[in-house]
Amino acid sequence: MIESIPLEYYLILSGTIFAIGSVGVLTRRNAIIIFMCIELMLNAVNISLVAFSSFLGDSSGQIFVFFVMAVAAAEAAIGLAIVLALFRNKRTIYVDEINLLKW
Amino acid sequence: MSSEFILLLPLIIVGVMSVISILVDAINPNSKNSGYYLSIVSIVAVGGFALNNFYLNISGINLDGANLITSNMLSFGGFSAFFDLLFSIGALLIVLNARNYLDTVKTELNEFYNLVLYALAGMMVMAHSNHLLTLFIGIELMSITFYIMAGYFRFASQSVEASLKYFLLGAFSTGFLVYGMAMLYGSTGSMFFPEITVAIVSGSANNAYLMFGAALMIMGLSFKSSAFPFHQWAPDVYSGAPTVVTSFMSTAGKAAALSAFIIIAKTIIPMGFDPTGLESAVNTDKLITAIAAISALTMLVGNITALVQKNVKRMLAYSSVAHAGYMLMGIVANTAAGWSALMFYAVVYTFMQIGAFIIVGLLERDTDKNLEYDDYAGLSKRQPALAAIMALFMFSLAGIPPMAGFFGKYYLFMSVINTGHLWLALIAVVSSIISVVFYIGLIVKMYFTDSEDVEGESLPWNASRMLVFVTSAVVLIIGLNPGGMLSFIKSAL
Amino acid sequence: MPEQSILMEYLPLILMLLVGAVVGIQFTLFSEWLGAKRFTKEKQTTYESGMIPYGSASDRFSIKFYLTAVSFLVFDIEVVFIYPWAVQLRELGMQGFVAMSIFIIVLLIGLFYEIKKGGLKWD
Repeated sequence: MIESIPLEYYLILSGTIFAIGSVGVLTRRNAIIIFMCIELMLNAVNISLVAFSSFLGDSSGQIFVFFVMAVAAAEAAIGLAIVLALFRNKRTIYVDEINLLKW
Repeated sequence: MSSEFILLLPLIIVGVMSVISILVDAINPNSKNSGYYLSIVSIVAVGGFALNNFYLNISGINLDGANLITSNMLSFGGFSAFFDLLFSIGALLIVLNARNYLDTVKTELNEFYNLVLYALAGMMVMAHSNHLLTLFIGIELMSITFYIMAGYFRFASQSVEASLKYFLLGAFSTGFLVYGMAMLYGSTGSMFFPEITVAIVSGSANNAYLMFGAALMIMGLSFKSSAFPFHQWAPDVYSGAPTVVTSFMSTAGKAAALSAFIIIAKTIIPMGFDPTGLESAVNTDKLITAIAAISALTMLVGNITALVQKNVKRMLAYSSVAHAGYMLMGIVANTAAGWSALMFYAVVYTFMQIGAFIIVGLLERDTDKNLEYDDYAGLSKRQPALAAIMALFMFSLAGIPPMAGFFGKYYLFMSVINTGHLWLALIAVVSSIISVVFYIGLIVKMYFTDSEDVEGESLPWNASRMLVFVTSAVVLIIGLNPGGMLSFIKSAL
Repeated sequence: MPEQSILMEYLPLILMLLVGAVVGIQFTLFSEWLGAKRFTKEKQTTYESGMIPYGSASDRFSIKFYLTAVSFLVFDIEVVFIYPWAVQLRELGMQGFVAMSIFIIVLLIGLFYEIKKGGLKWD
């Protein structure tokens, strides 16, 4: 059944999604979309963690995924709050319009 | 049980008190003092118990019993006790300074002190970590708190911008760090650092995943310690964030990132490990060269870009990048001498950087005024004491003997020379010489440039001004007796 | 032949997807062909569950929706820690119960803080 899918396939999938996420972070201008790309990267990592965990027969990888998810949620809350504070100050969420400090 | 319980106390106190502090704030939101005094009491208690653990370790008592209570997720020993102590000293200086600083801009909230406690908890978990999970949680607890603290002046565009930049780039680097952790786990089959080391030494680790994971983790940790090429965020965030927050992030935060760096370097680059006998083992010593290159470039880039800065806060931010480069030399050495040199430098750097930032904060007006080099012209006439102490910090940051900063650099240089990285020491010397230009430039501004404003406004005598004297005294004392300080640190390892 | 057996294992899944697609498309197309087409004013208005629509649909929402969503996000995800504990409740025993109680108390303190600071106030 599912065991016949080799570990490499999961890792390739995870690496591809991670790459898509990082390219998104580097090319998008909207702070919220950048943040969504970061979440995509974290979820790509979760795929590899679960794959490793399953192939090693060790559950700590899956526990780690829970913590990554919880931390990502906390980060999302903080991030949205920061974006909100920025919007109240500057009326924009586009990172190329944020130029008080040299990037 | 009970004797081991004492070892856990610093972590328990900081965890419980950080939760209690928000409870107190929720029950009694109008109290101006509760957060301030609560955090001071907790930080002092944490520091006291950490000092106690430090001496227990010196007196030869085995602290490993505490590891078992936490299922080996955390490790207890002289190393972690030392960093607990350093972080709590940093946090205490920040809290004492914050009250006057935040008062001048009328934005004092209890939350600020709660956040300091949360950041302290995160840093301590990092220094104690013995498992990828605890390392991850420690790093994230610290980073998320710093994102909030950077945007503490939420009506000042600069502060919020700094916060957003720090947040986006920080979360991005967290992605790399976690990916590295996943690869390390997949390669070695364990998340416990000692077991990872065993897997590497015995050659049972998967080489490709291991090198990939190690490289990603080094990337993530270089970001957290603001090392080249991931230092871009540091100057912006450090100059945009409130000065008191900057002094916290650039000292205790950096020391915490470097403590995690030491732990990871120890794990994936086992000391004196020779893989020639094992055909399947990979020589992780190659990573040392990568870290050495990062270290060299960090100091050069930090110091050269600091040369052209007109803003004192921004100059200190770039110089803080350069100091991360110096401290990475201790990891390049990868010996006990290197680590103790790094820890020595972290102590000295904490005091001199916080001291310099307190002075910047005292002179600053309206969150972003009075920060240019030109505003410091003729300071020796207006504020002779502050100018003299600022000069002392600048001499120490530049590493001019007989200041404490000189001895910190000396020990770091010796540790890399002894492990055969002479070229790195030479680059470090060159970049130190570059750094003298802008540190002395500030002193020249203060002492040999006249300004129309001769009288100046009188600064009140408050805690911040006292702290300036305390930090400068500590820098002087360490400079007078560096050997004593070093042997104190060496007894931890 | 192992390749063939993998395909055979996925056959039910592929069949289900095919049948699902055919049935779905068929219903859409048939109603398009066979249905009567009479347009009245009521039919042309936006469907709002029986309410009469007003204003523009692309208005800005109150910031409160956003804040509530953010706090929902944080508290919601903590459930992932509670599920595994609930499944293993008996094996984990008293120690697990105490650990989970501490976890929930910390969450409750967070909720209390949020309520006291007015994070959930609507007006």
